[in-house]
Parts: sequence; C-alpha cells; structure tokens
Amino acid sequence: MLKNRIIPCLDVKNGRVVKGINFVDLQDAGDPVEQAKIYSDGGADEICFLDITASNENRDTIYEVVKETSKKCFVPLTVGGGVRNVEDINKLLNCGADKVSINTAAVQDANVVVESSKKFGSQCIVVAIDAKKNGDKWDVYTHGGRNNSGLDALEFAKKMEDSGAGELLVTSMDRDGTQIGYDIDLMKKISKKVNIPLIASGGVGNLDHMVEGIKEGNASAVLAASIFHYGTHSVIEAKEYLNSKGIPVRI
Amino acid sequence: MKLSIVDYKSGNISSVINSFKEVANDKVNIEVTSDIKKISSCDKVVLPGQGSFKSCIEALNNISGLVDELNEFAINKKKPLLGICVGLQMFADVGYEETETKGLGWISGKVSKIDNQNGKYKLPHIGWNEINIVKDSKIFKSIENNSHMYFVHSYEFIPADNKVISATTDYSTKVVCSVEKENIFGTQFHPEKSDKTGLKLVNNFINL
Repeated sequence: MLKNRIIPCLDVKNGRVVKGINFVDLQDAGDPVEQAKIYSDGGADEICFLDITASNENRDTIYEVVKETSKKCFVPLTVGGGVRNVEDINKLLNCGADKVSINTAAVQDANVVVESSKKFGSQCIVVAIDAKKNGDKWDVYTHGGRNNSGLDALEFAKKMEDSGAGELLVTSMDRDGTQIGYDIDLMKKISKKVNIPLIASGGVGNLDHMVEGIKEGNASAVLAASIFHYGTHSVIEAKEYLNSKGIPVRI
Repeated sequence: MKLSIVDYKSGNISSVINSFKEVANDKVNIEVTSDIKKISSCDKVVLPGQGSFKSCIEALNNISGLVDELNEFAINKKKPLLGICVGLQMFADVGYEETETKGLGWISGKVSKIDNQNGKYKLPHIGWNEINIVKDSKIFKSIENNSHMYFVHSYEFIPADNKVISATTDYSTKVVCSVEKENIFGTQFHPEKSDKTGLKLVNNFINL
C-alpha cells in the first residue's frame, strides 16, 4: 500500500538554514546539508529546501547546497524558491535535486511547466500554489505571497495538472505560520479537482493537523517546518502518531 | 571491477551516480558514460531512465551504436545489467506512453498506463510503497519482504512471462516492480532514493 509522506521543509537563505532544526546539538546550526541528513536519518520521506535568497548575486548558493546534500541524503530532495525558467530547473536537477517546485514562474507562464515536464518528465515538476481566501474563493498569489494574480486557485490547479505538473504543493497563506492547522476546505477542493498528488502545507501546529490534512484534506503528503523546527515533535513521532490513527506511513 | 552508468542525456541521473559512489568502495571503478568502447569493456551496466518511454528510447537511439552495444553486453555477453524506472521499462517489446514505441525487446512484454480506476488512484504513483518479493532475486539479498521503496511513475511493465517477476507492489493492481531474467535486472522503484534499503540493493548489484 502506498504510504502517506511526511516532508520536513528547510528555509535556506544565502546557502544557510534560517528555519531548520534548533533542538538538537548541531556543529553548525546553519548548515543545510547537516540538517537535511538529520531529517533523512530520522525517517523523513522527502526533504524540501525552500530557497528564500532575495538577492540575485547570491542565487548560486543554493546549487552548492543541493550538490552537497544529494551526496549525503538518499531520499528524494525537492528544491523550490526563485525558479524562473527551464534552465534554472535543469541546473537544480543536475546538482542532484529530484524535484523542482515552481511558483511565480508557473503563474506568469504555464509554458514553463509544459516545457519542463516534457523535457525532464512530470515526476520532477512540482507546482507550488500559494492560495489566500478572498470571499468564497481562493486566489493564487505570487512573489512569496506579495502579489495577487487574481487567478482562481482551483482552476489554476487544474490548469497546472493539464500542463504536466506531477504534484501540487498547496500552501494556505491564511494559515501559514499560524499553527492552527491546514486549510482543509482548500485542500479537499483542490484534491477533488485534480488527479495528481497534493502536498498540503501551511499551518501545522500539532500532529492532529497532519491527520486532518490526510484524512479530510485528502493530501498524499504533508509538509511542515515549524513543528519540527521548534522541536515540538520529531519526524518519527509524527509518523508513529499518524500510524496510530490508521494512516499508512513508512516506519 | 568496472561499472558503467549509461548517460544518454535523458533526465537527471545525478542521484543514481551519487548512490553508486556512496556504496562503491575503491574496488569499483564507476564510469558515467555513453562511450560504447567504455561500455564494451566494463563488467556491469546501469541503465537509468527518466521522462517518457518514447523520449528515453529516442535518446538511446540518438547515440550511434549504443543500442547495439547494449544488446551485445546484455544479450550476447550476458553481463549483469540493472535498469531503473524507465530503464527497466525499456526492456519491453513495446511501450504506449505518448505513442506506440518499440522497446529493446529483452524481456517480452509491454508498458502501459496504470489503471487509475476512474480517478480512485492518483497518478503518478509517487511515494513509498511496500514491495512483495515473489522470487529470490540476488539483488534482494538481505532485503526483507514488504520493505519500502520509493516510486514515481505512471506506467507499468507487464511482462508476457510471469516467471521474470521478482517483486510486485500494490497500486491499483499488482504492479510489477522488479524483474530478473538471467543477467538482466530491473527495478521500477528508485533504489538510489530509497534510503538504506535502496542502497542495500545497489550494493547487492555491485557485489553480483
């Protein structure tokens, strides 16, 4: 039986972790390679790096990070943040990323998704959708949540599936950082709309939120940063809890 | 021992290279190549594959003499070869991804889309799934039945002869996820991304 995945996410800026694990003794708390290795040794099903480097001159730092991580971690590695075009995707894959997540570029030009999924295969193309509820619908935001594209999140999700995305990483901007749980309604609706796997993100504060994301939101995988970052729970604790609630996980 | 990972410019193979380098000790010389002379003189071949069946076959055919050399290596010389993901699928006679495409024809059978049962199963089949080992295969040495492996695919290999199947996984149907025919081995899952269990399989292949 296919297992639901738990994906810890590390925010990386200028090649250094800015939101990672801070509850274990680390030789270098800012080293993304060391942190990724701790997660993969601790049972993470995948690792996600979100590059939040703001300046263009430091963009290349992420490539080194990915290169070193892929030599040490033998679980899938997803990298997102600042991916602009097919060439960026190519570079990340060549450095050892297994999947690349595309956000703003996919909204601006769906052809980036069409071309990259044709060139590299749908299996490595993840479209990250940042959605915020406005009235009774969700709008897709770009540029790290700063700009409202005006696009309907459900329609956009379908369009991305049709364009060749292999997975959708759906983040509720209303819930991100709140620790009050995923936006289940959003996850459920998108999951029903598409036939590709959905990774739920934004708002996890406790392990029951993960259970809800999978059972009610129909997510194939749950992504979380804070809950692991602040040491509230380890990945293996999360898995054991999900398992006790009847959710199939890899233990 | 010399091992070649065939680089035929189809998809991302850095993870495959990293995993073999991690496992190999100094006794194994790992070459990443499409050079048919190098392939001809090596002891083992790994054939990765990402993207579609059609694009992988085309990429193989684009390198002059490569398919002939692989045929010579696997069929005539009967040296050990491991196909991973689409690398395994290409063993088939024919694949139906994008359009009907002729495969390498090493293990009789076809490659078709997994039946998603009207949307009941999401595709691609992405994530960790248990393997049911149905045949003692050398590449499964000290790997327990029902171990988890990492999958990412929408198409499945359906061999004509069930005897070649060494493991299946449950997703909509019993999806063939590992085959063995004499010197030819293949996995639908990605050992290079399957954590310690996957590395064990890599090690088993290196030690054949």
